[in-house]
Parts: sequence; structure tokens; C-alpha cells
Amino acid sequence: MALLDVRQITKTFGGLVAVDNLTFHVDEKQIVSIIGPNGAGKTTTFNMITGAYRLDGGEIYFDGQPIHTKSSQQIVKAGIARTFQNIRLFKSMRVIENVLIGCHIHTSYGFFDAVFRTPRFREAERRAHQRCVEILESLDLAQYMDEDAKNLPYGLQRKIEIARAIATDAKLLILDEPAAGMNPQESEALMDFIFSLRDAGYTILLIEHDMSLVMNISDYIYVCEFGKLIAEGTPDQVASDPRVIEAYLGKGGAYE
Amino acid sequence: MLSQQIFNGLILGCIYALLAVGYSLVFGILRLLNMSHGAVYTAGAFMGLLGASYLHMGAVPTILFAMLLTGAVNVCINRAVLQPLREQGAANITMLISVTGVSYIIQNTLMLVFGSQKLPFPKVFDFGSFRVGGVLVTSIQVMIVLVTVVLLGALGLITKHTRTGLAMRCISQNPKASNMVGIDVRWIISFTFIVSGICAAIAGYMVSGYYQLVYFTMGTTAGLKAFAAAVLGGIGILSGSVVGGILIGLCEALATVVFGGEYSEATAYVILFLVLLIKPSGLFGKDDVDEKV
Amino acid sequence: MKQKRFDLAGFAGRYKLPLLLVLLAALAAVPFLGLSSYVVRVFCMVFTYSILTISLNFVTGYLGATSMGHASLYCVGAYVGALAATRAGCNIWVSLVLAVLVGCLAGGLLGVCTIKLSGSYMTVTTLAFAQVVTMVAKNWTSVTNGTLGIKDIPKARLLGAELTVRNGGMYFVGLGLLILCLLFSSMVIRSKYGRAFIAVRDDELGARMMGLKTRNYRLLGTVISGALAGLAGCYYAYLTGYIDPVTFSFDISMTILTMAILGGLASLPGSIAGAAILTVFPELLRSLDVYRYLFFGFILVIMMRLRPQGILGSVKAARYTLPKGVLRPAAAMEQGKEGT
Repeated sequence: MALLDVRQITKTFGGLVAVDNLTFHVDEKQIVSIIGPNGAGKTTTFNMITGAYRLDGGEIYFDGQPIHTKSSQQIVKAGIARTFQNIRLFKSMRVIENVLIGCHIHTSYGFFDAVFRTPRFREAERRAHQRCVEILESLDLAQYMDEDAKNLPYGLQRKIEIARAIATDAKLLILDEPAAGMNPQESEALMDFIFSLRDAGYTILLIEHDMSLVMNISDYIYVCEFGKLIAEGTPDQVASDPRVIEAYLGKGGAYE
Repeated sequence: MLSQQIFNGLILGCIYALLAVGYSLVFGILRLLNMSHGAVYTAGAFMGLLGASYLHMGAVPTILFAMLLTGAVNVCINRAVLQPLREQGAANITMLISVTGVSYIIQNTLMLVFGSQKLPFPKVFDFGSFRVGGVLVTSIQVMIVLVTVVLLGALGLITKHTRTGLAMRCISQNPKASNMVGIDVRWIISFTFIVSGICAAIAGYMVSGYYQLVYFTMGTTAGLKAFAAAVLGGIGILSGSVVGGILIGLCEALATVVFGGEYSEATAYVILFLVLLIKPSGLFGKDDVDEKV
Repeated sequence: MKQKRFDLAGFAGRYKLPLLLVLLAALAAVPFLGLSSYVVRVFCMVFTYSILTISLNFVTGYLGATSMGHASLYCVGAYVGALAATRAGCNIWVSLVLAVLVGCLAGGLLGVCTIKLSGSYMTVTTLAFAQVVTMVAKNWTSVTNGTLGIKDIPKARLLGAELTVRNGGMYFVGLGLLILCLLFSSMVIRSKYGRAFIAVRDDELGARMMGLKTRNYRLLGTVISGALAGLAGCYYAYLTGYIDPVTFSFDISMTILTMAILGGLASLPGSIAGAAILTVFPELLRSLDVYRYLFFGFILVIMMRLRPQGILGSVKAARYTLPKGVLRPAAAMEQGKEGT
């Protein structure tokens, strides 16, 4: 059974149909990419999966449970975490504090525990910090833990966003253009990083414009245009699909 | 009696509208709550007093004199205080506190120069009064309505149909991009401050002539109410500010009749409260249905 | 490359205990130095404003919503304290508890009213809230005694002894309340609640997408803010023995906001510094009475130009303090030692 099952979802903005009857699924421990030209409705799809937008039609199931009726908070708790196209770290917070926010939903103590520093508080805080330190170490980010997020270079900020997503104990990581603004060396490193995430047991759904990256890491690819699915398959299948070539290069492009 | 109150409320509303437009102009372009506007309005009133009582000028020269000086004061605020902050990339709250400081400076300078007592203001535009169906209309009231309509009409034309107005709207959307396409952002911002200063001066002069009193704290409550009016209409939207101002003026007059004068002071805020509870971006403000992720 | 700078927070962290003890001893000695009761009263006002500024920081500093109506919550606390004392015959301790509880409610009400709003709309609503509170205080004559205010609030008592400014009693009550408030605030700030507040401030939508119930945190922030402001208000009522609506004007709201910014937003020591400076400074200028607010204005303008982040605003220890039992990763061991 698919981990994420998206069935005929639709979203309109005014008269514009951003996502139109889109159906796809993501199997466990796979890297699945959604590609398509700008305005194909990819980020809108992500926003619907993560509960930022309400659906105008269709259903989304995660782990067999419907999530399209739930709030973003409940969706995070269910095990879906995301990164953003235009990095949304908490700028004035340190790296470790950002990751701690990821742990937030699993840090369970009450207000009075915090005020009176009860053993429950100490244990929960210790465990959350321990986990964050481990995540940072495993991603080779530990040396930056004291820095304010805003002071770090772009590539590192992207990695920290992923660390923060991991800290939510997500099963499914949704990455929105993780390689945007990276040079070829950086995106190569990112590729290895995403592989290592999959090997560690995460399922990954990503939007990406960097074709070499997508073709190299994806197990399965969905291609969208104007909110509709126009092709799907393994990287090889997609790369040779005439509809895809047309969507990317225009009509003449397919024949040249 | 009631119709008289409504009419008086309308006059008050015109004044609020004139002031509210000043807030909206600056907010529209800088996203700044210009807390010094109330003080600038007071300055306008005192410049009027200076012209009329100390320099013995006629009504029209006095208004021009007040407009000129008050516009200049507003430009100074922009150039001396806000522009350097903008260029430092200061946070909004930093500017907010700065203009609050400016309002203290203006108010207290006026107090030091003119004293802290209430001063009499000469009658202006006194051509007698007439009655329209039981409503007593004085000539100053007619002037207030006329001036408000003309001024706001002119403002509407400027923002909608001139190159300057177009530039203003561009800057409010995106100052950096405006600069890149060759708009003189500094000049447009200065221009906005001049216009908002002129509105404040006219409002100050009219109110002083209407009540025949000026005092250095007169801008505090009026300024805050006009501010509420601007937000009520959807801050940054000129027509919204006008509607907000007149609405608040009318409601205040009605509240005086219904609840008595003590409660009418807070009418503006109660209305604001209720409107924002239902429509968080004011009467004419656009609600973002889905936030951008 | 950043310059090597004096790590104030690190220094304070290293010598925390001795520094605190010295400070406490110095503060405890103040009433015994033979200062005039005028000076002691200024100290008491510093305590009041410090609590108010900390209280405002929960909304403005940590949650990032500029409030221009904080005097309203202060006002509520003062009236609750004064009424509890004059009408119900409560002693100061019961009054304080009542003021905190009603303060929570008032803060909660403000929170509910502003929960959907952001930016300038939120700011102007706090302003409107304050104006409405003042109107109620002015006009609900049967309870608040209108513009005449409430007179003859009885002196605070402890074990039968009267606590006054002159005998230092009120000084110690104020100091005690401030310390209590500081302890409470730093416990809240250094927990998941404080982290959530700052996350909401930095990026509310982002915080929501990380699973935080952001509206609950905004509400919690205003409730805490109301509670602390209520505490300050009640203390103030007992300190002066007389309150009226004019005491809690828009100017006071702006003063509290200015204190918070001058000291440095989201900084507890900064709150105290800001409150102390802006309470003491106008007192020093009292001889130049008419020029007082003129100077005040200039200070604001100049300060915002030269140090917009406030006096202690950018002070942050180089290293994050991990809780006991969590080992610092080896890779992060070098970090912070050189003041980078």
C-alpha cells in the first residue's frame, strides 16, 4: 500500500484552476519527484498535502488515514514534514533552536512543568535536546548548532530545514526545490544527502527544476503541466516521453 | 436636533477624513504608522495662528503659509529622521518609535514657543450662517465640506491619473523594483510627506477656525481617532480612509445624542474593534484568502 | 571577519551566582542608605515599570506584535487592586492575586480580539482596546468613581506592620515582585513555550507548518502579559494610594513600549535597563520640567538612529546552553570559544 495516496485533488484560485484532478501516490522508502514547468501547480499540491491550503475537491490519504480534512498541525503529527521553496527558517533563532521547534510536537510537558522546572520538564527537554544534537550530528551540522540561522550560507540553511523536518519524526519528507540556488557541486552533495536520507528509512517527495538531479535520484517521476498530470514513470520512461519533451521544449522541440 | 447632530458629525467626519488620508498616504507608501501625524496637524493649526494672529495675514495667505510650513516640517521629518533609518534598513518598529519621538519634539516645541494654555483662534470665513430645514449651517462648515471635497478629489486624481500617482502606487507595491525602473523613490516619498503635511495643515486650520481654539495637545486625541479611521477603512487605501473618517464622525455625533458626551469619545475605537473582529483588514482592505507559502 | 568582542552574556553567564548575590545585596541595602523617600519612591517606580516592560515583552518582544495600548492591562490591575482594597477590604496579597487573575482575563480578552490580526491592524486594536478601557474607567462611575479616581487606598500590611515607602516596606514588596516576575519569565522563555513564541514572531506560517498551534501561543503570550501587567498595576495602586483614569493614558502605553525597545526587545535584563533609564532620566530632568518631554523625544530619535536594537538587544551568549545530561557534540566544542 502506498504511504501517500493523492486522489483527484483540485484547487482553484478565482477562475484559475491551479491543480486539476491530480492523482498520484508515493510508495514507502522511495524518492518520488514531481516535475513540470513553472505554474504547473507543484507547490500548490505540496501546500494541499501539508494542510496550508484547503482542497476544492479530492482526497489525500497518508498511511491509510485521510489527511485532507486535518489541520497542518495534525498532518505534521501524522508524519509529514516539509521544507520550503523560499527557506523559512526562524531567522533569529540558533540552528539548534530551529531543530528544537521541529521536536516541539513531541516535547510534552505543561506550562506549570516549565515554570516550576519539574522532573517531567527536565526529562522532556533533555530528550528533545539529545535528539536534536543527534540529528545535527548525523547530518554533519553539529558545528553550526550555536549560529543564528540567518548567518549561514544558503546551502546550509536548506540542510537545516531538512534537519528541522526530520526532527518532527516524519516518515515522509516533502522537499520543495531543495537544489534551488545551488551550484553543481552543492547539488551533487545534496543528491548524496537525499540518498542517505532514503537509506535511513525516509520516504521523500520532491519538486525540483534541476533535471540532472531529478533524473539521477528519483525512483519514480510525475510530470505536471497546468495542474494536470501529463506523464509518469521511471526516469528513463519520462525522459523519452514525447509529451514531456513537448511540455519542456515547446511543440517544435520534440522534433528537432 | 438629530439632523443638526448628524450634520455636525459630518463636519467632524470631514476633518477626520482629511487627517486619516495623511496616515494612509504615508502608510501606503512606507508601511509605517506615522505617529507624528497628530503633532504635525497641531503644528498646522499653530502655523495658522501664527499667520492669522501674529502676522495679521488674510485667510487665504494664512492657509497657504500654514500649508507651506507644515509641508516643510513633514519633509524635514522624512529627510532628517526616516530617510537615514530606511537607508540603514531599520525595522518598522524602530521607525515607529522614531516618529513617536518626533511627535514629542514637535508638541513640546510648540508648547515652549506658544505656551501651554489654550489660545483663541480668530474667526475665519465668517459670512454669517443660514438654515436648511432646521439645520443651522455656518459658513466655516460650508468651507470645511468644500475644502475636503476639493482636496480629496484632487488627491484621488493625483494618485489615479498622474505619473507621480502611478509612481506612488509602484513604490507601495515594491520600493526596490521601483527604484530599478527609474522612479525617483526619494522624491516620491518626500512628495507624499508634503501632501500629507498639507492635508494636516488644512485640517488643523479648519478645526482651529471652527472651534476658535488652539492648544498644543489638540493633536493627540484627534490624531488617534483619525488613525483609527484610516485603519477602519483599510489603511493605505485613500477612499477607505475617507469613508472611515466620515463614518467615525457621524457615529460619534450619534453616540453623543444616544449615550451622552462622555461615551462618545470612545466611539471611534468601539467601531474599529467591531469592524476588525469581522473583517481583519478593514472595510476596504483586501483579505488574503490563502497565505503565500 | 567579525571582530573579537567582549562577550557580555558569556561573562554574566560564567559569574552568574556571585554577580547576582552582589546585585541583590546592593539592592537590599538601598532603603538603609538614608535616602529620601522621594528617591526610594523612584526605585519603586523602576520596579513597577520593569514588570510592565517585561510584561509588554511577552507580546511585543517575543511574539513580535507591537502593542500601543499596554497601559490598559496596567489600568485593569490597578483598579482591581484598588477596588479589592477599598470595597472588599482585601489585604495587598489577596489584591495582588486578584489583580493577576483579572489581568489574565483582560489579557485573554485582548488576545481573543487580536488573534486574527497582524501587523498594523493588531497594533491599532491594542490602541483601541486601551481607549475603551480608559473610557470605562472614566464613565463607570458607580464602580470606578469616574474621573475623580479612587482615593485612600489603604496601606499594605505585613504581620500587622504598615509597609510604606518611608520604612522601605513597599520597596521590598516591589523588589520581591520584580524578582518573582523575572524568575517566572525566564522559566517560561527558556522552555518550549519561549521557543514557540520566537518561532511565531519570526515566521508565523512557518511555525504552523511545523505543527505549532500558533494561535494558542499568541493567546498564551497575551494572557501572561496581562497577568504581569495586572501585578504591576496592583502594586502601583498600593504604592501611591490613589489612582485615576488619567494615570493610564496613551502616553504611558508609549512609554512602556519605548522602555522595551530602548532596553532591547526580547531581553529581560534589557527590560529592566530600559525601565530604569526612562524612569530615572525624566526625574533627573525635573528641574528642567518644561524641557522634559522635548529631551525625551530627542533621546528616542537619536537612540533609534544609533542603536535601534536597544541597549541590550543584541547581546546573546556565543554558545547555546544545553540542558544537563546532554553532551555537547565534539564538532561544536571549538565553537564560541573565540567569540565568533
